[in-house]
Amino acid sequence: MREIAAILVSAILVDNFVLSRFLGICPFLGVSKKFENAVGMGVAVTFVMVCSSLMTHPIYNLLLAPFGLGYLRTISFIIVIALFVQLVEMALKKKIPSLYKGLGVYLPLMATNCAVLGVTILNIDAGYSLLKSAIHALGGGLGFTLALIIFSCVRSRIEEAVVPPMFKGVPATLIAASIVSVSFMGFAGLFS
Amino acid sequence: MPKKRITVTQELLKGIIKENPVFVMLLGMCPSLAVTTMAYNGLGLGVATTFVLICSSAAISALSNVIPSTVRLPSYIAVIAGFTTLTELLLKGFVPPLYESLGIFLPLIATNCIIFVRAELFASKNGVTRSVADAVGVGLGFTLALFLMGSIREIFGAGMWMAGTPIAVDFNISAPMTLFILPAGGLFVLGVIIAVVNKITDKKPPQEIGCANCPRAATCPTFNKNLPINEEQLVINIAPQSAD
Repeated sequence: MREIAAILVSAILVDNFVLSRFLGICPFLGVSKKFENAVGMGVAVTFVMVCSSLMTHPIYNLLLAPFGLGYLRTISFIIVIALFVQLVEMALKKKIPSLYKGLGVYLPLMATNCAVLGVTILNIDAGYSLLKSAIHALGGGLGFTLALIIFSCVRSRIEEAVVPPMFKGVPATLIAASIVSVSFMGFAGLFS
Repeated sequence: MPKKRITVTQELLKGIIKENPVFVMLLGMCPSLAVTTMAYNGLGLGVATTFVLICSSAAISALSNVIPSTVRLPSYIAVIAGFTTLTELLLKGFVPPLYESLGIFLPLIATNCIIFVRAELFASKNGVTRSVADAVGVGLGFTLALFLMGSIREIFGAGMWMAGTPIAVDFNISAPMTLFILPAGGLFVLGVIIAVVNKITDKKPPQEIGCANCPRAATCPTFNKNLPINEEQLVINIAPQSAD
């Protein structure tokens, strides 16, 4: 139990997927302009990350590893994730149209999101069990959402601030992200 | 085909400076921030990505008439992931230390947006020679960007340059600024470099980032408010219709 709590908290705070592992920087910078979009993207990423972890774990341990096909994991994982995203999109559209309207637009971007492929590979590298993989993915997704929400609030201030012309736009955003990342450094060593 | 008037050499050169994938197009940010703690790692990932980019551009441009446009993106994903696996195995066999230090970012070449953008916007519409020239140029631009960021972060953050190679230089700095090799330093260095590039090229800084450069942006309702969100549209999102 203690170990599971440690995996969850360290994935959210210490090894934050965006700010210390640098996974999913593109959606982090692209979708953080508005608070509502940040929440929607965060929920969609968390959901896809947990489900992909639950699917790729048995695929690796039951199909690939026993036959010495471990090297096929990149190609098989990415195809499974792309297929899953497509399936979720179709299922949501039929069954829960209201949720689909909210999330739907973010789902297609998920297939090439490196946080999703990243979490599945990190699970395998760390040798987590199925439960721990799911917890790790949940923590990673929540950490992503947290970073996105904090940054969307910081960013609404940056947009209105007066910055030197050469720093206007992307450079100012990146430096603001760097300062947010410094604040997450305070959590380093929480579990060591 | 608007690119026809450009010669093959220009195709190759434009990716290095004028359309540098990291500093100007703002693509492939995740790997360029994560692995550039050392110049050698940046160089290594740059070369590995260039290799995948050249192979997949050649394959995709050769196959572009065979692949139906509705299943284009899944096919590209399969081609790119295949070459990524090949690169992983080659590095594991021949350069094990580099394989270890690149870690998770080696398999993640498969989700590098630079490769998707070049496949979707260039390789699928141009011949093999031109696509390979474009891939070499963009790959070199990416490698140079990674090497530059890696050098800056390593010199300031660790007081060394090219550590772990025969030409390693030690600057004997008593108290290096460790912040530069931490994640926060990566974001800061990239922000400053983009600002300097803006100043030099005297260009209006890009306002959009990430998803706006996505090859699917044109068909994605999030970024194209004019598009109605209807059934047809959302099926197309994964495999957009060919651009005009």
